[in-house]
Amino acid sequence: MLAVEDLKNEVLRLLGTSVVQALIVSDELVVSIPRSRVAEVLEKLRDDSSLVMSQLMDICGADYPERPERFEVVYELLSLIRNARLRVKVRAGEGDCVPSVTGVFPSAGWFEREVWDMYGIPFSGHPDLRRILSDYEFEGHPLRKDFPLTGFVEVRYDPDQKRVVYEPVKLQQDYRNFDCLSPWKGMTDVQKRPKDDPSREEDAPC
Amino acid sequence: MLTEEAFPETERVVDGKKILPFTVNFGPQHPSAHGVLRMILEMDGEVIERADPHIGMLHRGTEKLIEHKTYLQSVPYFDRLDYVAPLGQEHAFVLAVEKLLGIKPPLRAQYIRVLFAEITRILNHIFSVTMFANDLGAVTPSLWGFEQREILMEFCERVSGARFHCNYFRPGGVHRDLPDGLIDDIWAWINAFPRFLDDLTELLTSNRIFKQRTVDIGIVSKEAALEWGFSGPMLRASGVAWDLRKAQPYDVYDRMDFDIPVGKTGDCYARYLVRFEEMRQSLHIIRQCLRDMPAGPVMSDDLKVAPPPREAMKTSMEAMIHHFKYFSEGFHVPAGETYTVIETPKGEFGVYLVADGTNKPYRCHIRSTGFAHLQAADVLCRGHMLADMVAIIGSLDLVFGEVDR
Repeated sequence: MLAVEDLKNEVLRLLGTSVVQALIVSDELVVSIPRSRVAEVLEKLRDDSSLVMSQLMDICGADYPERPERFEVVYELLSLIRNARLRVKVRAGEGDCVPSVTGVFPSAGWFEREVWDMYGIPFSGHPDLRRILSDYEFEGHPLRKDFPLTGFVEVRYDPDQKRVVYEPVKLQQDYRNFDCLSPWKGMTDVQKRPKDDPSREEDAPC
Repeated sequence: MLTEEAFPETERVVDGKKILPFTVNFGPQHPSAHGVLRMILEMDGEVIERADPHIGMLHRGTEKLIEHKTYLQSVPYFDRLDYVAPLGQEHAFVLAVEKLLGIKPPLRAQYIRVLFAEITRILNHIFSVTMFANDLGAVTPSLWGFEQREILMEFCERVSGARFHCNYFRPGGVHRDLPDGLIDDIWAWINAFPRFLDDLTELLTSNRIFKQRTVDIGIVSKEAALEWGFSGPMLRASGVAWDLRKAQPYDVYDRMDFDIPVGKTGDCYARYLVRFEEMRQSLHIIRQCLRDMPAGPVMSDDLKVAPPPREAMKTSMEAMIHHFKYFSEGFHVPAGETYTVIETPKGEFGVYLVADGTNKPYRCHIRSTGFAHLQAADVLCRGHMLADMVAIIGSLDLVFGEVDR
């Protein structure tokens, strides 16, 4: 497998000034780019004769409401020849369009539809930007952090009208979110013990 | 509810008259729709001009729910994605959590996980191969296959208590050690199972009707398989030798000796053959797991991520408190993110996990295999007959729990 440091250098050399930030997070390379250049960057990565990021495995969104540009769109690229993965990220605010990459990778079609459905991030130039997972005529974007877990409408079959009807959600009691967080320092810092160290795996009491 | 989405967009003008194509609604209650697929097919006579799959009928908001659950409570949701091969998904999630925690499970736990991942693979491939035949009109293989699946599900039941939704893998290991006698029973089954495969070969692989329905149907070229994001048997059937178990090994796959079957033609028949051969290879891996499995603990002894021993809880107040906090608050995962992938029976299954340092995932995106494969259904079906569409959908090996999430 290609060392992630080498990959980082190679990607930085190829993309040059398009890169806003390149980080190595838990041994994976994450490259942030401005959203206007996403199609061009992905095409470069795909067509580069040394990297050959020939597969776009996934696109997903993420919502960070406290940021000025709240949404993140994450592209997962895979190079079969180099056996390397690369994550490309762009940021978008509410209502900002992200250029579609369907022209570069046809597999982006449904992935972008899903991001649009779940987060409401529009993709400009997408040939068929419809909702995909939610119900026909669904309103809202369910994976946004400000969308309640219980949703707004519920469905039931109405025997009088002989059809399924939509009604506002009525809960017997308010939704209770138990966070269970202790007021003391949480169990955040998991200590690495010698036997968890992969280099000493053979010594583990097995 | 019908919306304008369902209406055709390809129309032609013949002799100055506008002609709309004949539209067929297939599913979501059709037995060959593998659950809840709805296809809007625009037909020219018997030939499909455009296929528009409508999915989401089984969408349960798994990703949203996981954001509101602790890491431990999230594991069972993964069983319920691809309910034909449940343990594969759990495997991806626990590996992602372990990566963020920076822990590694004991060696025996890794062997047990690989053992059950391969049992799951056979569980899936029996289903996919025999139900594929069932879609094409051959009922007998599915009856034979379900008998074998029942034996395998019994193994799952013996380790976890549940036939399907095992909830057996944990960040840091597995829930319990193998019960007495299970290894002997799996050995006995390994010796009996090739007989079933031979019978199935005789019944299907050389069957004239089966071949007429599958050979040269739904051909995917190598280039198309790559650009549509295919993975797993779908990619290998098109001639790309790529298997994450070999290329980016996890747990103890790097110690296993097995071959990757690769297809040549990329048609439905090649996909069938690849899955068929993978069953034999999985059998080989299971044999190695049973032979080489060391003794020892099956759960990390890092008590930050593992529950306290049951005996200690009887005498120690601290252990009791630990137990309570472990199962109510859960462990905290340091802030970070990872996209962890594994080779599930259907292909590349990924979990994009963002942790913010609390006891719940901030974001957990699930990269399901079937979603990418179904996307290409339109390209695969164009120009084929309506009946071939059933063969193509069958060969994609779709489970809608996973596609819709």
